[in-house]
Amino acid sequence: MSDVILQVSHLSKAFGAIQALRDVQFELRRGEIHALAGENGAGKSTLMNIIDGILQPDSGEISLDGRPVRISSPAAAQRLGIGLVHQEIALCPDITVAENIFMAATNASRSLLVDYAGLHRRAADILSGLGDIDPSSLVRSLSISQQQLVEIAKALTLDCRVLILDEPTAALTEKEATVLSAIMHRLAEQGIAIIYISHRMAEIFGHCDRVSVFRDGQYVVTHNVAETTPTDIVNAMVGRVVDNRYPAKFQGDSTAAPAILEVENLSSPGLFSEVSFTLRRGEILGLGGLIGACRSEIVKGICRIDETATGTVRLQGETLTAKRYQQSIREGLVYLSEDRKGDGLFLDMSIAANVSALRLGLVSKGGIIDQRRENLQASDLGRRLNLKCGHVGQPVSALSGGNQQKVAIAKMLSVNPKVIFLDEPTRGVDVGAKLEIHRILRDLANAGVGIVVISSELPELIGVCDRVLVVREGRINGVVSGDAMTEQNIMYLASIDAEQARAGGARP
Amino acid sequence: MTTQIVEAQAGKAPGSTGSGWKRLAGMREIGLILIILALFAAMSFASPYFLTWENMRAMAMAFAVEGIVVVGMTILLISGGIDLSVGSVTALAMVIAGLLFLNGVDPWTASLIAILACTAIGALMGFFVTKVGLHHFIVSLAAMVIARGACLLGTGGRPLGLFTLPPEFKFIGQGSIGVIPVVIVIFVVVVLAFDFMLRRTTMFRKVFYTGSNEKAAAYSGIRTKKVIFLTTTLCSALCGFAGVIYMARFGSAQPTFGVGMELNVIAAAVIGGASLSGGSGTIFGAILGTILLSVVSSSLALLDVSVYWQDIIRGSILLAAVTIDHYLSKRRR
Repeated sequence: MSDVILQVSHLSKAFGAIQALRDVQFELRRGEIHALAGENGAGKSTLMNIIDGILQPDSGEISLDGRPVRISSPAAAQRLGIGLVHQEIALCPDITVAENIFMAATNASRSLLVDYAGLHRRAADILSGLGDIDPSSLVRSLSISQQQLVEIAKALTLDCRVLILDEPTAALTEKEATVLSAIMHRLAEQGIAIIYISHRMAEIFGHCDRVSVFRDGQYVVTHNVAETTPTDIVNAMVGRVVDNRYPAKFQGDSTAAPAILEVENLSSPGLFSEVSFTLRRGEILGLGGLIGACRSEIVKGICRIDETATGTVRLQGETLTAKRYQQSIREGLVYLSEDRKGDGLFLDMSIAANVSALRLGLVSKGGIIDQRRENLQASDLGRRLNLKCGHVGQPVSALSGGNQQKVAIAKMLSVNPKVIFLDEPTRGVDVGAKLEIHRILRDLANAGVGIVVISSELPELIGVCDRVLVVREGRINGVVSGDAMTEQNIMYLASIDAEQARAGGARP
Repeated sequence: MTTQIVEAQAGKAPGSTGSGWKRLAGMREIGLILIILALFAAMSFASPYFLTWENMRAMAMAFAVEGIVVVGMTILLISGGIDLSVGSVTALAMVIAGLLFLNGVDPWTASLIAILACTAIGALMGFFVTKVGLHHFIVSLAAMVIARGACLLGTGGRPLGLFTLPPEFKFIGQGSIGVIPVVIVIFVVVVLAFDFMLRRTTMFRKVFYTGSNEKAAAYSGIRTKKVIFLTTTLCSALCGFAGVIYMARFGSAQPTFGVGMELNVIAAAVIGGASLSGGSGTIFGAILGTILLSVVSSSLALLDVSVYWQDIIRGSILLAAVTIDHYLSKRRR
C-alpha cells in the first residue's frame, strides 16, 4: 500500500526485567489521524519514544515510506520528518514565545545574528492559526493551555510528515481543544500523518480516523473509528468487559439530606465573588466551567489556602473560623491539587511519608514518628484504595500515574476528612484506575464524606456528580442536576452569562 | 489485576522515609565506609605514622568541630537551602567571644553572646530568603563577605591572643575525658542528637517535605517559609557553637579562620548523600563524607603531598561522588 508512511513490525523493548513492548506492530497512513489508546503502562509512550529516537528498540523494524530506517536520536527523527509534542511542557519560561517556537531553527541556523523581527513575524503567522497568543510575550506569563499551543506551534515549524501528539488536550479547555482539532484536520488534509494519544474517548471518536489499542506492552487491535464504539475500545484496553463506566448515583432525595458544607458569599478580590452553595450528605457536587473560571481558586478560598477570601463557610452547621489551611485540615476540609507532580506529592519520598504528611500527629507521639504506625496507616489506606505497589517504603516516583493519584487520595483520607475537594482527580490517569477512583468517591460519599469534584472533562462531571455548579468568570452561573446535566447545558452555562441571556431572551 | 500490598516492613525500616530510598541511602553509606576502610588499609602500609593514636586523635579533632557545621549545612540542604557564610560566621563567633573576653566579660557569657549573635545573623538571612524572597545563594554570599569584614574590622586583621582564658573553658577545646577528647564527645552528642531528630521527629520530617516539594508541602498545611527560616537560623547557630569551641581549642580568635570552609562542608554533605535540590540527605552520610575528606587530607599530608595538590584532589573526589550519585538517581527513575 503506497499510502502507508510509517510501518512498525515485530518491535520489542525491555527495561531490565520488564518487557515494555512485545512484538508490536503499528501502521500509519498519510493524512490520517490515528489514535493510540491503552492504559498507562500499556506501552504507548515507549513506542512513541522509539519512533522519536529517544529510545532504541531491542529488536524489530521501523520503515518510513517503505524503506527501513534507524532512528538514533530525536534530531535524526526530526531530519526524517517526525515531530513529537510531549505531554509535559518543555519550554524556556524566560524567553519569548517566538524564540521558543524557533528554538530548533535558531539552533540549526548558521548565521551569527538572530533576525528577531523575522522570528516574531513568522511566529505570529503560525500562531494566528492556533490562538490568541502574542509572540513577543514571555512563556512564563502564559497559561498552561497557551503553553501547550506554543509546544504544538513549535512542532509545526519542523516541517514534519509524522506528528505525534501525546495527550495534547489534557490541559486544554473544551474550546481550545476544538481549535486544536480543527488544526489537526487541516494538517491531515495537507498530508501530514498524526498519531494522537488520548484517554478521552470523546476525542478519539470526534477527531480520529483510526484507533489502535495497546495493552500490557502488546498490540491488540486497530479499528476504523467509524466501525467501532467507545465501549469496544474501553473493553479492548482493559481486556475485560466494563459494563457500567460510572458508579450508581445518589439514591436519596438530595434536597432533604442534611447539609455538610454551606458556603455563603465567598469572595476574593480579582478572582471570584459572591459564591454560595450547599453540599448535602451523600451527594457528589461538581464544579464545571472553563479553565480560568476560577474553580480551583474558589475551592482554595474555602479551604483557606487562599487566606484573603472573605465570606462564611459552615461545616455541619458550625461556622469555620480557620485562618490558615492547616487549621482547615484540622476542621476536616482537605484539598487535592490538580498538579499531582508539581504540588501534590513528594515524588522522591516514600509512599508512607506521603500519606502521613497532612497530619504527622496521627503517626507520632510527643513529636517522634512511629515508623510502624506510619507504614500501617499507608498500607491500610492503600488496601482500601486498591493501591498497587511493592511496599509502602517505595518512592512514589516508582508508581504509575493512577497509583500516584491513589497515594494522593490516601494522603487526604489519612486525616478522616469531612469534606474533600478534588481538583481534576483523574487527569493523566489510565482508564482502569479512573474507574476505581470514581468508585472510591462514590463509596466515600455514601459513607457520609462531602465530595466536591472539579473536572474539565464533561463526561466525567456528568457521570460522577449528582449536581454540577457551573462557574463562569468567578461566579456561579447556574446549577444543573438530573437529566439537565448534559454537556450542552454545562458548556452553555460555562460560556454564556445566564442573567444576560435571560434578559436578552425576555426582550421582545 | 493483582493487588499486592506487602505488609508494613516496620522492623526493617527505621528511617524517617521508609525502606525504599533508605536502602539506597544505606548502599551509599556502606560504600563510603568501604572506601574509608580501604584508605585506612592502604595508608597503614604507606606510612608508619598513620595508624598511630596521635594521628587518629589529631584527625578526629580536625573533623569534629567542622562536623558540627556539617550537621547544620546538611539540614539546610535538605530543606532546599544553602549557606556560603559558614566559614565567616564561625570566625565571627570566635572574634565576638574573643573581644568580649578581652573586655572583661567572662568567657561563658561571651560565648553565649557570640552564639546568639550568629543565630541572629542566620535569622537575618532567613528573613531575606523567606520574607524578601531572595535566593539563599546570594544572601549567604553577602553574609559571608559582611561577616568576614566584621571579623577583620573588629580585630584590625590580627589574631587575638586569649592567653588568660581560664582552664575550665579551655577544657572544652583541649581537655579529655579519659582518653577521649572533649571535642569529640561534643561532636558525637551533636551528631547523634540531630541524626535521631532528623530521622524520627515530626519537626524535622517537615524539613524533608519542604525540600522535596515546597508547593506540595504548603498544600499539606506545612508552613514552609517558617521551616526554611528555622533551618537557615539553625545552621548559623551551629556555626556559632563551632566557633566558640574553636576558640577554646586554639586559645585565640583568628579573623581569617575558616576561609574556604563552606566548600569543604558542602562537599562533605553532598558526598554523604545530601541533594543540592533539597529533599534528601542524612547526618550519618554527611559525617562519613566529612571523615572521608579528612582522612584524605591527613593521608596526603603524611605522604608529603603539596597542600596545593590537596585542593585538586578534594575537588576531584567531590566531582566523582556527585557524578556517581547522578547516575544512581537516573537509574532509579
